[in-house]
Amino acid sequence: MNPLWTLVPPLAVIPFILFFGEKRRNLREGSIILAGLALLLINNLIYNDLMAGGMPQSGEFALMADYSLKLSAEPMGVIFGLLASFLWVVTTVYSIGYMRGHSEINQTRFYTCFALALAAVMGAAYADNLLTLFVAYEVITISTFPLVTHVGGEAARKAGRVYLGILMTTSIAFLLPAIIWTASVSGTMDFVPGGVLKDAGLSNGALAFMLALFVFGIAKSGLMPFHRWLPAAMVAPTPVSALLHAVAVVKTGVFSLLKIVTYTFGIDVISISGAAYWLLPVAGFTIVVASFVAFTKDNLKARLAYSTIGQLAYIVLAALLATVMSVSGGVLHIVMHAFGKITLFFCAGAILVALHKSEISKLDGIGRRMPITMGAFFIGSLSIIGLPPAGGAWSKLLIAGGSFDSGTIIWAMILMFSTLLNIAYLLPISVRAFLKPDPTLAAGERATMTEAPFACLWAIVLTATASICLFLYPAPLMTLIGMIQWR
Amino acid sequence: MNVQIPALLILVPFTAAPLCVLFRHAVASWVIAFCANFFSFFAACVVLSHVRSEGVIRYKVGGWMAPAGIEYYIDTLNAAVLVLVSGISLIVLVYSYHTTKKEVSLSKHHLFYAAWLMCLTGLMGIAITGDAFNVFVFLEVSSLATYMLISFGKDRRALTATFRYLIMGSVGASFILIGIGFLYAATGTLNMIDLAERIPDSESQRAVLVAFSFICIGVMIKAAIFPLHAWLPNAYTYAPTAVTAFLSGTATKVSLYVLLRFFFSIFGFEFSFGQMLLTGVLLPAAIVGFLLMSLVAVFQTDLRRMLAYSSVAQLGYIVAGIALASQAGLTAGIVHIVNHALVKSALFMSVGCIIYQIGHAHRPSFDNLFKRMPFTCIAFIISGFGLIGVPLTVGFISKFALIEASLEQNYWWLAVLILVSSLMALVYVARVAEVMLFRKSRQETPESSGMSEAPMSMLVPMYLLIAIGLYFGINGSATLSLAGEAASQLLSGFTMELSQQ
Repeated sequence: MNPLWTLVPPLAVIPFILFFGEKRRNLREGSIILAGLALLLINNLIYNDLMAGGMPQSGEFALMADYSLKLSAEPMGVIFGLLASFLWVVTTVYSIGYMRGHSEINQTRFYTCFALALAAVMGAAYADNLLTLFVAYEVITISTFPLVTHVGGEAARKAGRVYLGILMTTSIAFLLPAIIWTASVSGTMDFVPGGVLKDAGLSNGALAFMLALFVFGIAKSGLMPFHRWLPAAMVAPTPVSALLHAVAVVKTGVFSLLKIVTYTFGIDVISISGAAYWLLPVAGFTIVVASFVAFTKDNLKARLAYSTIGQLAYIVLAALLATVMSVSGGVLHIVMHAFGKITLFFCAGAILVALHKSEISKLDGIGRRMPITMGAFFIGSLSIIGLPPAGGAWSKLLIAGGSFDSGTIIWAMILMFSTLLNIAYLLPISVRAFLKPDPTLAAGERATMTEAPFACLWAIVLTATASICLFLYPAPLMTLIGMIQWR
Repeated sequence: MNVQIPALLILVPFTAAPLCVLFRHAVASWVIAFCANFFSFFAACVVLSHVRSEGVIRYKVGGWMAPAGIEYYIDTLNAAVLVLVSGISLIVLVYSYHTTKKEVSLSKHHLFYAAWLMCLTGLMGIAITGDAFNVFVFLEVSSLATYMLISFGKDRRALTATFRYLIMGSVGASFILIGIGFLYAATGTLNMIDLAERIPDSESQRAVLVAFSFICIGVMIKAAIFPLHAWLPNAYTYAPTAVTAFLSGTATKVSLYVLLRFFFSIFGFEFSFGQMLLTGVLLPAAIVGFLLMSLVAVFQTDLRRMLAYSSVAQLGYIVAGIALASQAGLTAGIVHIVNHALVKSALFMSVGCIIYQIGHAHRPSFDNLFKRMPFTCIAFIISGFGLIGVPLTVGFISKFALIEASLEQNYWWLAVLILVSSLMALVYVARVAEVMLFRKSRQETPESSGMSEAPMSMLVPMYLLIAIGLYFGINGSATLSLAGEAASQLLSGFTMELSQQ
C-alpha cells in the first residue's frame, strides 16, 4: 500500500464537510467517521505490508532540484500513523457529543481544519526525509491555528499569538537552518538507518550544536523554555486539546525528534560524540519543573497540559539518551501516553459538558454523579503515572532501563521522582471525586447520575480500556518496535 | 517560431499605446491594452520556449548588422524576465479594470492605459535589447510612463511621490547614461557583446572603472536597493492600487536584470567581483537592507507602505544572492526575482481589494475584515506566507536556495541574518492577519457586518496569481532549473553561437 493513500481520506472528506455544512450535520459527521475508518484501514494495510517484509513507499516529488517530497513506511511511522488514525475516529465520535452538547460555533470550520491537520500528521508520520517532515510540521502548525483560536475573543487571540509565535519562530529560526545544515554537510535529507552524519566530518561540538538546533527547533515537543504554546492552546475546544494537543501535534514533535535521532544522527553518533550531554539536563529540568507547575494549576485542562509537557520530556529524554532501549521506550511512550492522556482530556471535556466545571477544586464528590467518567479518569491517571495495570508502566520501565544502559542512573532517578510528583498531582483528583462529599448535596440526599452524552462516554470507555489492553498485550507493538533498524 | 516575434513583442504594445489615446474611450482603451498585452505575453512565452529548446536568439532590428544596428539578444534570463513582466502586467491589467474606474477619472482612462502600455514596452525593451544605449532609451520610456502612472493616484500626495521618484529616477538614469557614455569612449561600441569582448582589452581602463561606478549607482537607484530606495515607499503607497501591483512585480525586477546583465555579461564576472570587489558593496547593502527594512515594515500601519518596505527588504535577499557571485547564489537571486514578483504583486492586489471596498489600508482602522472580505483576507494570508517563507510557498523555495548558497560559502552568519529577517516578516504579516481575523467592529453597523467582497474581476486575477505562486512553490524545480540555467549563462558570459539568423 502506497503511504500516499493515507493523505487521501482526510483531504477527500473536506469537500464533504464543507458541502454538508451545519444544516446536515449528521451527514457531515458521518462522512468524517467514514473517512476515519478508511484511514485506519489504509494504515492497517500498510502495517500488514510492513509485517510481510515489504517497504511501502510512495514516488518522489521534486520540490527542489535535489530535494524531494517522499513518503515511506518504517516501523515508527506505522505506529504513529495507526495511533493517530485510530484516535481520530474515536475523537470524532467524542466531538459529536461534545461540540453539540456544548453548542460550539463554526463547527464546519472546526472539522475542516481538524481533517487538514490529520492529513498533515499522516504526512509527518510517513515522511521519508527531513524536507517532507518539515513541510508537514509547518502545515500542522498553520492548520491547527484556527482550532486554537476557535472560540474567538481576546483570550483566544492572545493564545493564538503565543501558539503561532513560538511554533513558527522556533521552526524558522532553529529547525530550518538545522535541516539545511544537515543537507549541506551530508548531501542528503533522507532518513537512513544509522544516520547520515557519521562520515560528514562534523566535530563533536558542531554535532552538539546541530542537535540542539533540532531539539529546540521542534518546539512541538514542548521542551522548556519553548513550552508556553501548549498551555496557551488549551483555550481550544476539548476535542482539539485531546487529539491534537495530547496526541497528534505534540506527538509529531517528539516523533520527529525520535526519527531524527535514529535516522539522521544515528544513535551511535549521538552516544559516541556526547552531543546530547548539554541537552539531557534540559529534558530532566522540564520533567521535574513541569510536574511542579502542574501541581499548582487548579484548572483541570491546564494541569493536564503541564502534565503533557512533563511526559513529552520523558520522550525527549529517551531520544537524547540514544540507546536502543531508551529510544524504543520513547516510541512506546508515544502510544502509551497518547491513550492515557486522551482519556484524561476526554474526561475533562465530559465534566465540562455535563456539569460545567473546569476547576479541580470544584470536583468534590462528582465521582458519584459521573462514575464511568471518573473511573476512566482513574485508569488514565494510572497510565500517566506509569503504574500497572495501565500501559504507561511499560514505556517508563524501558526509558528508565535506557538510562541504566547509557551508564548514568541520574535520569532514572529523575524519572522515579517525577512518578512521585505525578501521583501527587493526578491521584488527588480521583480521590476528591470519589471520597469527598459533594458540597452541593444536602445531608442524606443521593447524587443523581449526570453523565456526559453517550458519544462522549463511549469514547472515554474505549480509550481507557485500550490503556489497560496495552498493558496486557503490548506484544504487537513491541514486535513493531523490534523491527526498527537502528544501524 | 516566427522570426519577427522578438520585434513584435515590443512593437505591438508600443503602437497600441497611441491607439488608446486616439480612441479616447475608457473601455476601448482597456480592451486595446489587454489585447496588446496578451499578444506580448504570448510572444514572450514562445520566445522563452524557443530559447530553452534551441538556444540564444539574436535578432537584428531593421536588418542592420550588429555593431552598427541595434540587436536584440535573448537568452534564458531575459526570456524569463519577459514572460514575468508581460504575465504580471496582463494579470494586473484585468484586475485594474475596476480599480481604475474607481480611482482615475473616466476622462483620463485612455491616458492611463496608454501610459501602462508604454511602461510595459519600456520594461520589456530593457529586458530584450542587446544594445547598451538602447537599454537607456527604454529605461527612459518606462520611467516617464511610470511617473505618469504614479501621478494618477487619488491621493494628492501621489504628486509629491511622483516628483521624488522623478528626481531620483532621473539621477539614476543619467548615471547610467554617463556610464554608457564612458564605456563608449573606452571601447567605441554600444553593442553588449562587443562591449564584453573589448572591455578587458580597452586601453583606458580608468574610463571603464568610472563607467562601472556610474552604472552601479544608477542601477541601484532604479532597482531601489538599500540605501538608494527612498523613492519607493511613497511611490508604492500613493500610486493607484493596480499600478502598485504592476510596478512591484516588474519595475524593480527589470532593473535587477539590468544589474545582472551589466555586471555579469558585459563587465564580466571576473572584473565585477574579482577586481572591483562588488561583493563588498552589494552584500553589506543587501544585509542592512533586508534587516532594517523588515524592521521598519513591522512598524508600518498602512498596509501598502508596509509592503513597500518589505519589497525593499526582499530585494535585499535577491541582491544578497547575486553578491554571493556563485552558481548557487545567483540561482537563488534569480529565482527570488520571479518568486517575489509573484508574491508581492498578489499581496498588493489583495490590499487593493481592501482599498477598493473600504477606501483605506490603515491597519488599526480595520474591523470585522474577515467577515466582510473573507476571500481577500485569505489571499493576503496565503501570499503573506510566501513572504515569510512557509513551505509549499515560493518564498520557501527561494529562502532555502539562498540559505543553502550562503552555507556553501561558509557564510553561516548570512544564513542566520536571513532567518532573523524572515522572523520579522512573520511578525509583520502576523500583525495584519491577526487584525483581519480577530478585530471585531466597535459598533455594529449594517455595512460592517455583511459580506462585501471585491468584484470577481479583481478576485479571479488575484487568485490566479496566487495559484501560479503555489504551483511554483510546490514544483520549485521548474523555476529553480530555469534560474540555474540563467545563472550558468550569466557566469559564462555571452554565448556566441546563434540559433538562427
